[in-house]
Amino acid sequence: MIEMLQYDFMWRALAAALLVGLSAPAVGTFIVQRRLALLGDGIGHVALTGVALGFLTGTAPVLTAVVVAVLGAVAIELVRARGRTTGDVALALLFYGGIAGGVLLIGLAPGGSNSTLTSYLFGSISSVSTQDVWVIAVLAVFVLGVVAVFGRELFVLCQDEEVARVNGLPVRFLSLLIAVTAALTVVIAMRVVGLLLVSALMVVPVATSQQVTRGFVTTMLLAMSLGVAATVGGLTSAFYAGVAPGAAIVLLALGGFVLTLGVGRFVRRGRAREAGP
Amino acid sequence: MTRSAQATGVAPRQAATSAAFAMTEGRVALDGRPVLRGIDLRVTTGEVVAVLGANGSGKSTLIRALLGLAPLSGGSTELYGVPPARFRDWWRIGYVPQRLSVGGGVPATVREVVASGRIARQSRLRRAGAADRAAVAMALEAVGLTSRAGDPVGWLSGGQQQRVLIARALAGDPDTFVMDEPTAGVDAESQRHLADTLAALVERGKTVLLVAHELGPIAPLVTRAVVLRDGVVVHDGAPPDGDGHAYEPWPGSRQ
Repeated sequence: MIEMLQYDFMWRALAAALLVGLSAPAVGTFIVQRRLALLGDGIGHVALTGVALGFLTGTAPVLTAVVVAVLGAVAIELVRARGRTTGDVALALLFYGGIAGGVLLIGLAPGGSNSTLTSYLFGSISSVSTQDVWVIAVLAVFVLGVVAVFGRELFVLCQDEEVARVNGLPVRFLSLLIAVTAALTVVIAMRVVGLLLVSALMVVPVATSQQVTRGFVTTMLLAMSLGVAATVGGLTSAFYAGVAPGAAIVLLALGGFVLTLGVGRFVRRGRAREAGP
Repeated sequence: MTRSAQATGVAPRQAATSAAFAMTEGRVALDGRPVLRGIDLRVTTGEVVAVLGANGSGKSTLIRALLGLAPLSGGSTELYGVPPARFRDWWRIGYVPQRLSVGGGVPATVREVVASGRIARQSRLRRAGAADRAAVAMALEAVGLTSRAGDPVGWLSGGQQQRVLIARALAGDPDTFVMDEPTAGVDAESQRHLADTLAALVERGKTVLLVAHELGPIAPLVTRAVVLRDGVVVHDGAPPDGDGHAYEPWPGSRQ
């Protein structure tokens, strides 16, 4: 642990890992509750077009990725709200469009090639700049702020949209808010684990947490702890073992899931017996 | 039909503002198929109205339309004198859906779900206060689930989950309760809890609109029954005797 702290780039990487580990599972809890576990994947694909657009126009890729990811998330939400039957097909079309758009645009960018995209697809946490850390920090504060302020309403919305409506909640606004928040989370996590693995950080810690928890708030808090453990732990082991950090983070999170799968079954059976028939 | 005309004729006109629900010539079509075909229904404050009918008669659609969840393709409907799209006093309505949605496997405790019933009375930036906690405790007590407050709702039986949904509506202390099939597939204990809860609500002058397949133990509390068949009201008036098959036509309502 001491050795890696001698490098400035590792400090930046650790800061980014911590912020991502906290915010991705926080949003993810609502996304999973809403049965939109693949939303992060969809936004991730669309964000690739944004990254390529950044290279093409000479703008910071993070900024164009934010813009395109938010637009993509809004489009996904509008498609979802219109009807479920054609929704998943329309979403699939959007995903493919995102990847194809990214590859096409990067080819048009001066000096750009598919390998330029690789660091965004699979993450490149060691190349995080100080400016990146600031952008990630601001986005993470926004994401956690949304969860803190709107959490109660989002809980009702993600559980039952009709109940939310009959409670007079601004259903359309909240739906867009959760989609936009998810988009920002994708961009935050893009540098750390990469667009193709972003969704894992939103979903896997939640899936792990819910094996052993009873309540929503405890599920979210445990998922955030697991998220931080995975990002920081994955980054550390990647530093010492010399493997890809993004993959190490996701595999660590998945390992945690597999472990709790057995533990969770045991815990649940014990508690169910204690709670009575 | 004649009884239906009588029932609407009895309601005094000047009481327009005291109607919790008022639908005029309400029509709903789902995928182009007419589900409700010209419904006139007024529910006044303090009434306990049961909407009865066979599966597919449109009874769930009717209460969804009354709440603005199913858009009308014709006619109009009002909540406390205001169309649903412009209605703002949602805290006055307590909606009990047919089923508890477990939400993608993310657990939630009984207390968390019941506490979410306070949402229409809470302001966004304030934490839950003593009044919220007291209301939640009372609602849990009313449905007999205080001892299960910390358990995930997924561990509960269907009847107990139904009671959680009722407690959620109770926690918001609304004026009008709308319940979609609260008696369907519910064990005897939960049916008894439902009857007790309803009796307490009636005593406090609350308005109740519920959809049911059969009334069972809540039959004595119902002040009025509206029977639907094929999307039209075929009976509007006295509730049926006993708990027989309510969707059978009554002698006298038959044309």
